[in-house]
Amino acid sequence: MFDRFLEWRMNYVLVLAIIVFVIPLLMENPFYFDLATQILIIAATVVGLNLLVGYAGQISLGHAGFYGMGAYFSAVATSAYNWPPLLALIVAAAVVGLVAWVVGRPILKLKGHYLSMATLAVGFIIAIIINNESQLTGGPDGMVVPPFSLFGWELSTFGLYSLLGLEIPGHVAWYLVAGVLLLVAVIIAQNLIDSPLGRALRSIHGSEIAARTVGVDTARYKSMVFVISAVYASIMGSVFAHFTGFITPAIAGFDYSIVLITMVVLGGMASPMGVILGAVVLKLLPQFLAGFQEYETAIFGFILMATMIFMPKGFYPTAMNAIRNKLGKSSGGKA
Amino acid sequence: MTVMIDVKGLDKEFGGVHAIEGLEFSVEQGQIYSVIGPNGAGKTTLFNLITGFYTPTRGEITLNGESVVGMDPNRLAERGMCRTFQQMQICMNMTALENVMLGRHLKIRSNLFTSMFRLPSLLREEKACRERSKELMAFVGCGEYINTEASAMSYGALKRLEIARALAADPKILLLDEPAAGLNGTETAELEELIRKVAEQGVTVMLVEHDMKLVMGISDRLLVINYGRKLAEGTPEEIRNNPDVIAAYLGG
Repeated sequence: MFDRFLEWRMNYVLVLAIIVFVIPLLMENPFYFDLATQILIIAATVVGLNLLVGYAGQISLGHAGFYGMGAYFSAVATSAYNWPPLLALIVAAAVVGLVAWVVGRPILKLKGHYLSMATLAVGFIIAIIINNESQLTGGPDGMVVPPFSLFGWELSTFGLYSLLGLEIPGHVAWYLVAGVLLLVAVIIAQNLIDSPLGRALRSIHGSEIAARTVGVDTARYKSMVFVISAVYASIMGSVFAHFTGFITPAIAGFDYSIVLITMVVLGGMASPMGVILGAVVLKLLPQFLAGFQEYETAIFGFILMATMIFMPKGFYPTAMNAIRNKLGKSSGGKA
Repeated sequence: MTVMIDVKGLDKEFGGVHAIEGLEFSVEQGQIYSVIGPNGAGKTTLFNLITGFYTPTRGEITLNGESVVGMDPNRLAERGMCRTFQQMQICMNMTALENVMLGRHLKIRSNLFTSMFRLPSLLREEKACRERSKELMAFVGCGEYINTEASAMSYGALKRLEIARALAADPKILLLDEPAAGLNGTETAELEELIRKVAEQGVTVMLVEHDMKLVMGISDRLLVINYGRKLAEGTPEEIRNNPDVIAAYLGG
């Protein structure tokens, strides 16, 4: 029974679901719920980014650009043009996907540092546009976003809802919605990884030459995963915009792109649980660094560097390997 | 016999270096055709030209009558060409079986939608792919490594695994670049047996190899090149008695 659980490809999703849904029972303070919801949203974003970075072995230093684009598209469409939020979210994802495809096609021909630079530039351009189009976006001052609503039913952190006879305050409801979104994001990502498409993506990381030899159209697959990860970012950006109710161009900026990539690298490339852990750690860290705010980016940079040197596989896979080795040795000792 | 590969006036220059010069030959369907020559003669360059990794400076290459000059390796794979490498190209981030399953990439019809939701059609296809890949691993003699990570396999086993991956694509023509390099006597004998079995199934095999015993034993025809030029071409018997070849090899 337990063995079958260990072999089940989705076992960690069950563990994750339990963690996500047990945590609210232990918290009361709305501030913690706010933080936890932000973590869930950003975790779902990096699960998408991990498909590109961890599995296909490509890099994007401009991913916050897509996140910000989704957020601002939703914000502008719902506030200035009164679009229904769900429609805005879907159209935003389609537009961001299209933009990612158009820029991805040429720049994904680049490798290594060149690709880093090109994606960096994409992120910068998006951030600059958001900053400068201040009539629509409010520029550097940011803009207010209406709460999420669906068929007249509004989801606001200040609301009060009832579910199965339970009274649920708005911040808890938002947490639960974000939790479900993260689980869906993880399940879809895992399905992709376990499919022939995922195999082709991983082969690009493993040996691009081998991939091409057996007929993988590597350019097409790279663009595809770039678009998928951008769509993940866009959707979660839209969700984040409605959740916080106020966004600034910082969410599309370079610093934020670095935070995203650090989450992937720190937690563990090609490990969904790892990148989620990375999101948790890097999102909680600023809370403990409240006194050294100016050094935040420097500290993130240092963490990224130290991880690359000492745990190139990332924290989670390194820890899991250590545990597995320990268990393996102890059971070997008994036999 | 139908001509599988036809090469005419093939030239490849790297800067001022003439790696391949005016090469002409043709490979017929079902043959085992070997390319031999001293180190640096241009054998691997020739393979890279045929398989689309390099673009010729001049000349014509046709596959089954269709010009394939400037075509990407993945397009050539769609036309039934597959190869292995002197510097093995194995995806070390996958298991042995996944590497072979990757070889069936072009046979799989699943798309983004079926993959995202893991629909039954995808699972059925994957199951068939897994079965076929397991068969191929047994066929090349890697049956015991099915669940092994590629990174944990020995050199000799990886060489066979690479052949299994190429065969998984159901190629019409298979190009093997120094398959016997680094193998011991027993392993080379097994490899010879394997290449014969592959050819018996109707796959055309092109071979770059240094092991003369292997090459002379299994080839239908041989091409000898030196300094990028054709030195001789013919059956193993003809090559063995060709004075130019003897001179190039023995420095006589």
